[in-house]
Amino acid sequence: MAVAFTLNGAAITVPAEPGDLLIDTLRTGCGLTGTRYGCGEEQCGACLVLIDGAPAHACGRETATLEGRAVTTAEAIPAAIRDAFLAEQAGQCGYCLSGMLVAATALLARNPSPDRAAIVEALDGNLCRCGSHPRIIAAILRAGRAA
Amino acid sequence: MIANTLPKSLQDNPRLDQWLAFRPGGAVHLKVGKIEIGQGIATALAQIAADELDISLSRLALTAGDTDAAPDEGMTTGSMSVEMSGGSLRIVCAEVRALMLAEAATRLGRPAAGLAVEDGAITENGAPTGLDYWSLAVPLDRAITGAAPLKPRAAHRLIGTDVKRLDLPAKLNGAGFLHDMVLPGMVHGRVLHPPLIGARLIGVDEAAIARAGASFLRRGDFAAVLAPNEAAARAAHAAARPEWQGGRPVTHDMGEAAHLVGQPAIHARFREAPRAEGERVSATFSRPYISHGTLGPSVAIAQYDGAHLTIWSHTQGVYLLRRHLAALIGLPETAISVRHAQGSGCYGHNGADDAAAEAALLATLRPGPPIRVMWGRADEFTHEPAGTAMSVTIEATLGADGLPADWVTTIWSAPHVARSHLACMLAAQSLPDPRPDPEHHDPHPDGGGGASRNAIPLYDIPNLTLDVHIVQRPPIRTSALRGLGALPNIFAIESFLDDLAARAGIDPLDYRLRLLSDPRARDVLITAAAMANWSGRWRGGEGRGLGLGLGRYKNRSAYAAVVVEVEVDTEVRLRRIWCAADGGLVINPDGARNQLEGGIIQAASMTLKEAVRLGPDGISSRSWADYPILRFSEIPEITTTLLDPGDVPPLGMGECTMGPTAAAIGNAVAHALGTRIRDMPLTRERIAAAL
Ligand code: FES
Ligand code: FES
Repeated sequence: MAVAFTLNGAAITVPAEPGDLLIDTLRTGCGLTGTRYGCGEEQCGACLVLIDGAPAHACGRETATLEGRAVTTAEAIPAAIRDAFLAEQAGQCGYCLSGMLVAATALLARNPSPDRAAIVEALDGNLCRCGSHPRIIAAILRAGRAA
Repeated sequence: MIANTLPKSLQDNPRLDQWLAFRPGGAVHLKVGKIEIGQGIATALAQIAADELDISLSRLALTAGDTDAAPDEGMTTGSMSVEMSGGSLRIVCAEVRALMLAEAATRLGRPAAGLAVEDGAITENGAPTGLDYWSLAVPLDRAITGAAPLKPRAAHRLIGTDVKRLDLPAKLNGAGFLHDMVLPGMVHGRVLHPPLIGARLIGVDEAAIARAGASFLRRGDFAAVLAPNEAAARAAHAAARPEWQGGRPVTHDMGEAAHLVGQPAIHARFREAPRAEGERVSATFSRPYISHGTLGPSVAIAQYDGAHLTIWSHTQGVYLLRRHLAALIGLPETAISVRHAQGSGCYGHNGADDAAAEAALLATLRPGPPIRVMWGRADEFTHEPAGTAMSVTIEATLGADGLPADWVTTIWSAPHVARSHLACMLAAQSLPDPRPDPEHHDPHPDGGGGASRNAIPLYDIPNLTLDVHIVQRPPIRTSALRGLGALPNIFAIESFLDDLAARAGIDPLDYRLRLLSDPRARDVLITAAAMANWSGRWRGGEGRGLGLGLGRYKNRSAYAAVVVEVEVDTEVRLRRIWCAADGGLVINPDGARNQLEGGIIQAASMTLKEAVRLGPDGISSRSWADYPILRFSEIPEITTTLLDPGDVPPLGMGECTMGPTAAAIGNAVAHALGTRIRDMPLTRERIAAAL
């Protein structure tokens, strides 16, 4: 079975059997390693991608359901958001950051200048074990100010 | 003979070319033993080298942790990287610069004193001489003498500045981790882990494994599935339904630190003093087993071509891992290469080495293709070595002034440091003829300690006695977790002091200052208290409280004082956190602040929420749902201040805030509730029980 969808702006067709997960299609099939495997249980947010602009866990989503959809991965988020993370040095080990970037992108798309409370609400499902939270909040505030 | 006063890293790796090489095209290749674990060490070391060599950062390439290509500096642990690797690299780079200047002086026929280096080029009175490091090409296969003077602080250009992390751009662009590495022909393995230590494998559904497209490998009780891709390996692992028999029994109650008390243990009395006469007070504090909770699962790749074994791992020590693998597999060390690649933050001895051993064993059972092993989330929670539970009892005799006249600490703990024992590796326990359990001794506190780390108060307390009992056969595997015993010990000491201050009717800040002569400790404490506007507000009550905690990590590394403001009703809410720290010479202040904040948040998470749960099937916390950690909505505003103590050596800062944060939260909650909770974590249930 094959599924056609838009990946980071380009049309692609990939093989997809029932049960195949988007995280494997992206990482193994497409070589896009920005979608990170953290828990495989939709509990940490490391694997977040945007599906038609809404954040979704790639570890819990079957590739076969994506026909006609638009998927955006961490590799393709706006440069200004990435730059804000760099400017704030928002990260320690960095493993959670792909998911944070994706969650931030979705938030900024619907709320271009979020306040702290809006950021906290939007990112509460994303875990960071290193304690980089204050800097991630600062980075999204910065990206919002620049918008 | 003159004693060799060079740092240990340089004594072990005594030639300049073990540390540094000049490459064509104007590049400088640095080789170090300390690896990046998210603490920013790669950037700090580059700053140090660039300053001592007088070159720009962009010329530097770094190899860190490679048994074929980088020096052996032991483990990357204990906030020692800047102190050790940084100190060694400074000496090497200063010496290389001096050698180059001397050679240039000879060739030019000028005094070396008139020459300088600008981005690798030799200049005289600011004018180019036509010579540079690359054209001079002084051979570096010579012994390090340590004779070249180091630059004074005033001459630093990069040290002390906020250079941006060199590794972050890749990580923000979807790359940078071992997890992302793909080798041609790579296959994927998953090991079936025994639920209890020493359990034997009595059955497995081999047909289901085959249906999932995987093959089954077994040696003794070490059993694994091998599949062409990660998804198939995951599916086969889930389908395998292994049956296990026996093993070290575990019950729910064993999760409590109190269960360790009285178990067969090795006892050490690290301090002994006569008791004073007077009123005695005592209290017992505890912490449960804690998971490292690494966000990205442990991963490794190994390949064996029939003669040589190569392993890629996010281990904290490539040389020790090679030693273990050589013994485990029966190959000479020279037939094994271990290369470090970055993993998710580890915070101590997590599953990294175990995954590497599994990949290495599978590679030798199935020579040829590269074999990748990536753990699942449940493997990570149930099979990494946890940070041990600990019970700390303090008893003191009070003098007429209300200050302690003696102090007796008794600790019960499982091992904090198991990494050096091959028998403690997960795979080693499953192979035929498993090695006998080693004896676990606590490292001496004068060398940093394990359970005894920070058990000796930083205060001027006379007549100390310190007893440590290391339980030899705890219910689960335990090993190093960030800070070892520092967090529970500082939590206990600082809580106990607060209670003594309350008995004496004295402000806990004043009480501490009466007991504190170390000027740097006083400085951080007074600074943090001032930041929080302590004096008018400390009493708290009615559900609000302020608390403070102080520590000097390992009693000889960085100082930190933390003040926490909490609100408590049915649970604890963190309102604000202030921290003042003194880490001596700070290489990268922004990086240091990042580390301080990270330590504060992780310690707050452990103090408020975390406990590994046990049950008859071993560890029953299997997912983030069973093991909650602090989330964005629970993180308060945090303000940090770095004190500048003048021209003093750098002290590692990665772990210094953890104990003081736990203590400050405990004290703030006690002030808010009017009663103290002595057992971590300070959960809703414990608050309800205390009230
Ligand atoms: S990997 Fe998908 S939520 Fe954790
Ligand atoms: S930076 Fe390490 S998990 Fe977030």
